[in-house]
Amino acid sequence: MVAATGLTRRYGAVRALEGVDLTLTPGEVLLVLGPNGAGKSTLLRTLAGLLRPSAGTVMVGGQLLAPDAHDARRAIGLLSHQSLLYDELTLLENLVFTARLYHLPDPTGRSLAALAAQGLAERAADRPRSLSRGMQQRAAIARALIHDPALLLLDEPFTGLDAVAGDRLRALLASHTGGQRAMVIVTHHASEAWALATRVGVLVRGRWALEGPRPASLEEFQHRYNEVAVG
Amino acid sequence: MGNLLRLAVVLAGKDLRLELRTRTSIVSAAVFAALVLIVFNFARDPTAVATIDLAPSVLWVTIAFASVLAMNRGFLVERENAAFDGLLLAPVPREALYLGKFLANFAFVVLVEAIALPLFVLFFNLDIAHALGGLVLTMLLATMGFVAVGTIFSAMVVKTRFAELMLPVLLLPFMVPPLILAVKTSVPLFSGRPLSEVVDGLRFLAIYDIVFITLALLLFPAVVDE
Repeated sequence: MVAATGLTRRYGAVRALEGVDLTLTPGEVLLVLGPNGAGKSTLLRTLAGLLRPSAGTVMVGGQLLAPDAHDARRAIGLLSHQSLLYDELTLLENLVFTARLYHLPDPTGRSLAALAAQGLAERAADRPRSLSRGMQQRAAIARALIHDPALLLLDEPFTGLDAVAGDRLRALLASHTGGQRAMVIVTHHASEAWALATRVGVLVRGRWALEGPRPASLEEFQHRYNEVAVG
Repeated sequence: MGNLLRLAVVLAGKDLRLELRTRTSIVSAAVFAALVLIVFNFARDPTAVATIDLAPSVLWVTIAFASVLAMNRGFLVERENAAFDGLLLAPVPREALYLGKFLANFAFVVLVEAIALPLFVLFFNLDIAHALGGLVLTMLLATMGFVAVGTIFSAMVVKTRFAELMLPVLLLPFMVPPLILAVKTSVPLFSGRPLSEVVDGLRFLAIYDIVFITLALLLFPAVVDE
């Protein structure tokens, strides 16, 4: 599904990523953890094609990720720190616009279904800025999932969600895993998405300090995380 | 090509809808145009320079500055909630992004011109009925040139801290050639000369448009992709 080789990203003299390799097959969910500034968001944005790597390549669905690699781009869904929504458009207008960009059939029906899946059907005519932080996050999730991406990249997806919304999102992501789909979840709290993960990676100063199948026990992992990330 | 145009129309439609909601660009540009015309109207000395000699320059200076104002917001709306990331993520050719912004900016500027022109006629007490066809053609061709360059510069400066200041600084030098051509084409039209006398000027404006739209389409991917 996604194969990144030797990913390096520099910001001037600062190396945010340094020779990161990553392979995810369909059905896998990678949980990426690490201290602040470890390169987690840079990794996600590079995998999304929003940042061009200084070195290395990203292949999505067997296609080299480039601005004109439309099939690869169609396969990617991103939930970033910001909602990617226009504040002056309603939720429905935002999603219909997105659906049209992806050339989806029945943009309105698809958008309403995506909003309903996030419990936002009744807020379809509202603008994002009139919603609470949690609702905005759910609207952003609806936007990220509207084209049913095969590779879902999530940056701190549980931020701003209350317990109920967090559980709803976990259930939604669980239903989205398996089959031909893969997922990368960046988070500061392993417990938030532990149950979803099949692999776990820890980035420290732009390199993998740990990367492999998810350990059986969260406690055991936390111990190892403290060793490699906190020192 | 069909998909490119479809996406460009989708993108332009979104920008027009956003502008209709806020009316930020059009209202500010139209008010600016009206103010400039009022200032010129009261500042000029009709006994020193004939209205017919001054009017084309005033019209085009007003349109040029109002255009910059109207285009300033083109990419700034995309900074909100990092919406531009959403456009770059989508399977949309970068050329469609440019064309969408071009179409929306063109519509904004033409709308501002449609407001400014009657005010110009009113303030300068001119009869332009005989020149209207040629003048509209000149305006459309010159506006295309302004917008072709303005759209790509707007994309270039949007990531800078002082985008609203940077756009006029970068754009105005590139607006000088179509501006001069537009003034030189308008002078004979205002004097009642036939359209056939300004064909060369119109042709040069069209060439400018073709060259800069082509260049912008070629450069735009490098401007927006990191």
